[in-house]
Amino acid sequence: MKPPPLRIHRPTSIDQTLDLLSEHSVSGKVLAGGQSLVPVLNMRLAAPSDLIDITGVSGLDELTVSGPEGQQEIAVGATVTHRQVERSVDIARANPLLAEALRFVAHPAVRNRGTTVGSLAHADPNGEMPMILALTGGSVDVRSRRGIRTLSAEELNVGPLETCLESDELITRAIFPALPAGSRAGFDELARRSGDYGLAGVGMIVDVEDETVTGLRCGFISVTDIPEVLDLGEVVSGTQIDEVAGVVSRVVDAVRDFIDPGGDIHATADYRRHLAGVIASRLFRRLCRTDNARIQGAQVHTAGNDAGNGTDTGADAGSGTGKGIENDTGRRRA
Amino acid sequence: MTTRLFGQKITRREDPRLLTGHGRYVDDVSGTAIAAAFVRSPHAHADILDIDVTGALDIDGVIAVWTYEDLPGQAAERLPMLIPHPSIVAPHTGYALAKDHVNFVGEPIVMVIAKDRYIAEDAANRIDVDYSFKEAVVGVEQSREGTRIVHEGMDDNVAAHIVQKVGDVDSGLDSAPYVLELDLEFERSACMPMEGKGVVASWDPGEGSLEVHSSTQTSTGLRAVLAAKLELPLTKVEVITPDVGGAFGVKINHPWPEELAVACAARALETTVKWTEDRREHFISSAHERAQTQWVKVGFDDEGRILGLDVKFWHDNGAYLPYGVIVPLNTSTHIMGPYVIPSFRVEYWSLYTNTVIVTPYRGAGRAHAVFMMERTMDAIAAELGLDRTEVRLRNFVRDFPHPMGLRMQDGAEGYIDSGDFVASMARLKELVGWDDFESYREQARSEGRRVGLGIACYIESTGAGPYEGGHIEVETSGRVNVWTGLTTHGQAHATVFAQIVADELGVPLDNVHVSTGDTRKLSYSVGTWGSRGAVMAGNALHLTAKKVKEKALKIAGESLEADPQDLEIVDGMIQVQGDPSSSMPLAAVSVLSNPLRYAFDESARAATQFAKESAADEPSIKGGEQPGLEEQEFFSPVRSTVANGMHAAIVETDPETADIKILRYCVIHDCGPMVNPLVVEGQVHGGVAQGVGGALYEKMAYDTDGQLLNASFMDFLMPFASEVPHVETDHLETPSPLNPLGIKGAGEAGTIPAATAIASAIEDAERIPIRSMPLDPSTLWHMRTSHREGDNSLSRVTSPNH
Repeated sequence: MKPPPLRIHRPTSIDQTLDLLSEHSVSGKVLAGGQSLVPVLNMRLAAPSDLIDITGVSGLDELTVSGPEGQQEIAVGATVTHRQVERSVDIARANPLLAEALRFVAHPAVRNRGTTVGSLAHADPNGEMPMILALTGGSVDVRSRRGIRTLSAEELNVGPLETCLESDELITRAIFPALPAGSRAGFDELARRSGDYGLAGVGMIVDVEDETVTGLRCGFISVTDIPEVLDLGEVVSGTQIDEVAGVVSRVVDAVRDFIDPGGDIHATADYRRHLAGVIASRLFRRLCRTDNARIQGAQVHTAGNDAGNGTDTGADAGSGTGKGIENDTGRRRA
Repeated sequence: MTTRLFGQKITRREDPRLLTGHGRYVDDVSGTAIAAAFVRSPHAHADILDIDVTGALDIDGVIAVWTYEDLPGQAAERLPMLIPHPSIVAPHTGYALAKDHVNFVGEPIVMVIAKDRYIAEDAANRIDVDYSFKEAVVGVEQSREGTRIVHEGMDDNVAAHIVQKVGDVDSGLDSAPYVLELDLEFERSACMPMEGKGVVASWDPGEGSLEVHSSTQTSTGLRAVLAAKLELPLTKVEVITPDVGGAFGVKINHPWPEELAVACAARALETTVKWTEDRREHFISSAHERAQTQWVKVGFDDEGRILGLDVKFWHDNGAYLPYGVIVPLNTSTHIMGPYVIPSFRVEYWSLYTNTVIVTPYRGAGRAHAVFMMERTMDAIAAELGLDRTEVRLRNFVRDFPHPMGLRMQDGAEGYIDSGDFVASMARLKELVGWDDFESYREQARSEGRRVGLGIACYIESTGAGPYEGGHIEVETSGRVNVWTGLTTHGQAHATVFAQIVADELGVPLDNVHVSTGDTRKLSYSVGTWGSRGAVMAGNALHLTAKKVKEKALKIAGESLEADPQDLEIVDGMIQVQGDPSSSMPLAAVSVLSNPLRYAFDESARAATQFAKESAADEPSIKGGEQPGLEEQEFFSPVRSTVANGMHAAIVETDPETADIKILRYCVIHDCGPMVNPLVVEGQVHGGVAQGVGGALYEKMAYDTDGQLLNASFMDFLMPFASEVPHVETDHLETPSPLNPLGIKGAGEAGTIPAATAIASAIEDAERIPIRSMPLDPSTLWHMRTSHREGDNSLSRVTSPNH
């Protein structure tokens, strides 16, 4: 588990980086957090001749929320870690979906090094952030010696683990639009263990005006090849939020019809399809609860129960009152 | 009066060192060693046609490339069959480097030695091996079919076969009003210590000697086999086990092919060579455990009392059998558990497959036995509509010692020497709230939740012989040095052994320093495995300390002009009992114990030739005596002592997603008097964590070609801390009559019943028979679907005789 011989370059400016990428476009690879790339190198599944380490490049650490009220944008530079995004109060206020999904990305140790833009470039269909970019209608800014271009999520993602990026190109930053006023957003997934890739995961944005649902968009992880967005506005529009129970089954059917999961050693395709429907159903109900008017992810989780405990079953294991059956001291006693 | 340290919750003395990065593991002691890497078979079953190493030779930094042909003398013979047993009908072991054939993905074929590991791996990648492929034998079913054969020259894949009987099971079953049959499956898992295997071998050309550091569970065992394989005098080989980052059974097998090949290379190259196993290597070339296919037939009466138990099981032992049949043998001898079974028959087949070898993993076959017996107990309860604890109570052994009628892994007849199962059950029911569970279940149901309560009882033969030793030396400073030959990989030996010695010698704990696993100091030892460390070395050190004390009191008696029988040691001072005014320090006795010519310091003057007022007309060291306050003693028991315990689990299963959560986990544990309850609880907690892995997460996903699909921590799932429940414990301490301290082993206890207790709880929640573990949400969801289409009984009555 040692990588084959390679050269590491440590540029300090974007210009130098683009020069290096241009020079080593045949067998160069950008290294940021390294949380996916380094294991691949050590297992000799990839053997780039040159690694271009961008962690010292100035101008890639942007993490801002800007723009006029109602049209704000979140900009995340290429060297910004998942953890920085997750812990930003401003971002949570502008769009709580990012932090809510990020808590399911591996564990804090990985999020401390892994970068959000790196996840977008890796384009893993199991990854939370490519889906969040698509669901929120975000984009990425891409630079090379040949110029600058902006790509929507739809343009960026062309297949599992495959983007339209050319080998001399660098994503310098990602833009996530803020959540529009009146919209509610949530994310949930079920993984085998805390921090594992979800067996299925659903991100959801519900638009509500005057207690009436006016729009519904869903994105998925682990059950679609690329992060496509399913727009179910037609199915739910006009439904009072306290009457969504009547349309949930249509939402679930549409979800199960839309996705195309595969089976592996952790779960069958049939189970994943079933699971995605259950998660979508629970998420939709949760987001439409009348007491959920301003988005529940608005509080920023900075400590404590960070692991991401899979699906909210509505049944908190530690909180029962069963006459001495449930040990209410729980883990705290350990 | 010194407080007795035995039984105190003393925090682990090794932790500050280990937790602040001062541990020294094999890879840390390698210094400037050159590195080995191995070319391993990518195929499960093939003949080797040709090996072309030329691509590796021109890489700068490559020092040597070895194939089988380069192994010298005995090292080129097959690896030893370590534990011969009468049931073994076809003993096959591998070679240090594959000869002509490969039998599993991961088998080492070529060793590359280079300046460092990077270069060694670069070179290994350039070596071409030509294969002629054969069909792989994967899994119990394919192996027992016997249409594909693993080892040439065999007609089937049976490595071992045996029938063991207690009483007449046929008439027991015939007489039973009820008969049930269960078909059961247990998956493969593996120990997965944080530190993999590792070896550093250093050859001294001047001395013609070999010094080996290995991450092993038996330094003496490895020393003996390396001396034999390298054809060296035993005195020219030493094995040192430094800190070990977990073992859990996998490091008891020896020599590993790499240990032998690296030692040979060190001698041939007259240098120091190291190999540190990486995680992928650990997955595909160390050892796994646990895969068994089982069949149980039980006959019982209206009260649920078992009259006959007939068991057959098929055990997947992988490609070779270097560690013999310890795993299936332990399974077969532990099935009866804590119960009186009037008639019993067990027949097992241990089968070769083209997969990684199987050697003991914490529990070593016992978890499989518990699965059979306890799933059967639940099935009996379901059949008769009885409470599951009631059925167990009616079958418990109540008189001790209870002869089991079987020969155990130590070769001795098995006896349950101690315990109080009725009391343990009462405590478990109290701890988990057994009798209140139905109202809790109702309450949960009203909230749309599905919960279940499970139980599993077990016994465990622990502290197997043949022996273990202790060596204690009291320095003239009063420092007490303690050695035992077995190795340490997380067991808190530096704490618990010090407690035992400090108690006997009457010295402060801080004065006692424990070293383990170094053949240079104590060359007689067996190793650390099978929950034996505390029982064997603990008692050996207790006996050794008694000898040291006896000698100290004798010497002090002469100085204090007192009968040694009237002396005691309190806080490092030897005094006349109840009269501290007449006393001397243990350190001073150490000085006197070694008559000196030269006074190396002030205290040493007391031992020199003119220290006494008059000349004594006798030798300084009398016949039969030795200089120094230093003794060695050994402990060897008649048979293994049997520990026991009972676990209960409460799980919640999601009605829609089939996700499984453990809400509570309760353990009643009886390992006799606890040397250190904190350490015992740590062992239980860690054991349960590994049991949870076996219950819900861990499996070795082999495809039909014998490729391991999940050979990384990304896809082989061990529970994180977030998946392990808080473990609630209570202890019963029934002493064993088989050793002076009355203790029983505790190391494997937590793991053994865990998967079964959780299976029982899932069955209780789901009302679907659970016959196979581990269980994941996807599998459970599919089971719900198929069960809805089938019947609803939790058991299968094949021949109701009434």
